[in-house]
Amino acid sequence: MKTLADLEAIRAKALENMGMRREDAGSARVVVGMATCGIAAGARPVMLAFVEELKRRGLEHVSVSQTGCAGMCRLEPMVDVMLPGQEKVTYVKVTPEMVGRIVAEHIVNGRPVEEYTIGAAQ
Amino acid sequence: MRDLSLHLLDLAQNSVKAGASLVTIRLTVEESGWLTLVLADDGCGMDEALLARVKSPFATTRTTRKVGLGIPMMLENAQRAGGNLTIESQVGRGTSLTVTYDMRNIDSLPLGDLAGTMLSLILANPDRPDFLFEGKSPAGEANFDTRQVRQVLGGVSLAEPAVVAWMKEALEETINPIFGGV
Repeated sequence: MKTLADLEAIRAKALENMGMRREDAGSARVVVGMATCGIAAGARPVMLAFVEELKRRGLEHVSVSQTGCAGMCRLEPMVDVMLPGQEKVTYVKVTPEMVGRIVAEHIVNGRPVEEYTIGAAQ
Repeated sequence: MRDLSLHLLDLAQNSVKAGASLVTIRLTVEESGWLTLVLADDGCGMDEALLARVKSPFATTRTTRKVGLGIPMMLENAQRAGGNLTIESQVGRGTSLTVTYDMRNIDSLPLGDLAGTMLSLILANPDRPDFLFEGKSPAGEANFDTRQVRQVLGGVSLAEPAVVAWMKEALEETINPIFGGV
């Protein structure tokens, strides 16, 4: 059972770590399209899969956030991955099964998974 | 949308966009199978003109496109299961949206992953607003309040990975036994 006491311990640990973590201005970002179209196409499990995978690999500097509709609803769920110093890469029709590869190959190793990108889809 | 939790995720974003500081989600499933979902916020509210046309698929506040399907799809799904969707709103006060339908109806939407929806909402909006979930079914009650979490955390963000992991488990433990989590 998760209690508020557990949360208190998490807080203490987070504050401790905060001093150690370097505040890099250009940290990596994952942005999931979560408008009506994205949600209907399955964006929620994709977003939660990114959170899970990043946590599993201890990639705490990567933020996961959401955006609205980009106007290409037929390609949802869409995910933008932004790494510092690199161009934004847009993945389309993303499923939770694709998340492991995107994290491993792109976010960790810096090589976008071309076959999942919007360039390959069009 | 395949289930109610996905509609909820979608519609709650309207409250976020409306600048709410607290979004309250109240879900009740009665012994009879009758479901009531209330989504209430203290955001900017809507004037009468917008309120009058907000159930139309051609009403939206965004400027990039002319369609907004969140509310009309929820309305259609509620009506299909013998229910309805009503909205009350006051400019400057906020908006309250109520969905009712009969879960015994063969065309009714399943509840879906409510804990996943709550976690996604919090993750996507870690700084503001706060989310209050109050659930009730014949199996018991389930409450979750991000204000409580925030209070314990002090200045630590709700997006902190360890906090996210805690919330995920806490939400699942709280909500799934009451609503099945399917």
